[in-house]
Amino acid sequence: MSFFDYFKTKKKTSASIAKERLQIIVAHERNTRDQPDYLPELQQELLEVIRRYVAIRDDQVQVQLDKNDSCSVLELNVTLPENEP
Amino acid sequence: MARIIVVTSGKGGVGKTTTSASISTGLAQKGYKTAVIDFDVGLRNLDLIMNCERRVVYDFVNVIQGEATLNQALIRDKRVNNLFILPASQTRDKEALTHEGVEKVLNEMSETFDYLVCDSPAGIEHGALMSLYFADEAIVVTNPEVSSVRDSDRILGILQSKSRRAERGDEPVKEHLLLTRYNHERVERGEMLSIEDVNDILSIPLLGVIPESQAVLNASNQGAPVILDEDTEAGQAYEDAVARLLGEERELRFLDTQKKGFLKRMFGG
Repeated sequence: MSFFDYFKTKKKTSASIAKERLQIIVAHERNTRDQPDYLPELQQELLEVIRRYVAIRDDQVQVQLDKNDSCSVLELNVTLPENEP
Repeated sequence: MARIIVVTSGKGGVGKTTTSASISTGLAQKGYKTAVIDFDVGLRNLDLIMNCERRVVYDFVNVIQGEATLNQALIRDKRVNNLFILPASQTRDKEALTHEGVEKVLNEMSETFDYLVCDSPAGIEHGALMSLYFADEAIVVTNPEVSSVRDSDRILGILQSKSRRAERGDEPVKEHLLLTRYNHERVERGEMLSIEDVNDILSIPLLGVIPESQAVLNASNQGAPVILDEDTEAGQAYEDAVARLLGEERELRFLDTQKKGFLKRMFGG
């Protein structure tokens, strides 16, 4: 580090921005990578079934698969609209 | 039984073919009978880098389809003993690399060779998947740059789920990171991802760091793998990488800042 570097350390370097962006996108992609291929289709079909009874938006159904050593857990999260019975 | 090493990256233009040429040459120089196989059907270039483009008569697809024997298609390198090149087909369809066909050829080669180095095409399509499927080890070639690192991570995921070792539940493919086109000065200025940065993200063992060097283009211009250019940093860095691949411990070199004059140290740069 040279003497004048002390005056220019305030701004983030482009390399550190690159690293942060990479850490976020790589973590996100690793999560989706481990999911089986049928998951998006399963989510779509579940959505259609629920829609026969309740009007919900696409983002109100979350399907997630968590893997443990011995078993996998399929987690289904449906947010129902408030004014429904 | 040959050890099968795939040289892969996902992204194009990061130095897969340059690396395949130098690693296979280095292994052959150490006395191992080595073949380097071009999996880039339709866009072969290994022959150019290895300076045997005018000696190609038969190719990988001819062997798969029984139109030529392996011995007819293999090209013996004129500079290094024990080194052979199996070129890709320039005219056929990528799908000509059938699973069974590739397996048959690799099995036959395994009987007489010590190392098979598979030069993967860019992307994650058929040719790339075929080149990594049978691998025992993978050299993931990465530039210190966002798109290359991301694609390398993707390729690592594929190695861990779609390779034969993964499908069979065998010991996983042994992964190596090879950082290429590394510019230490730019890293020091905060303009380029450092070795540690890339390591933090990909977290696989480092096989080597090849400094960005004019020697690489010079070598490919002449069709000589850069490892043969023993006076250059890039050539020596590849030699180190081959030694590490064979289990030797070697310190990383060429990562110190060049001797700077007093003014440069004062004013940076």
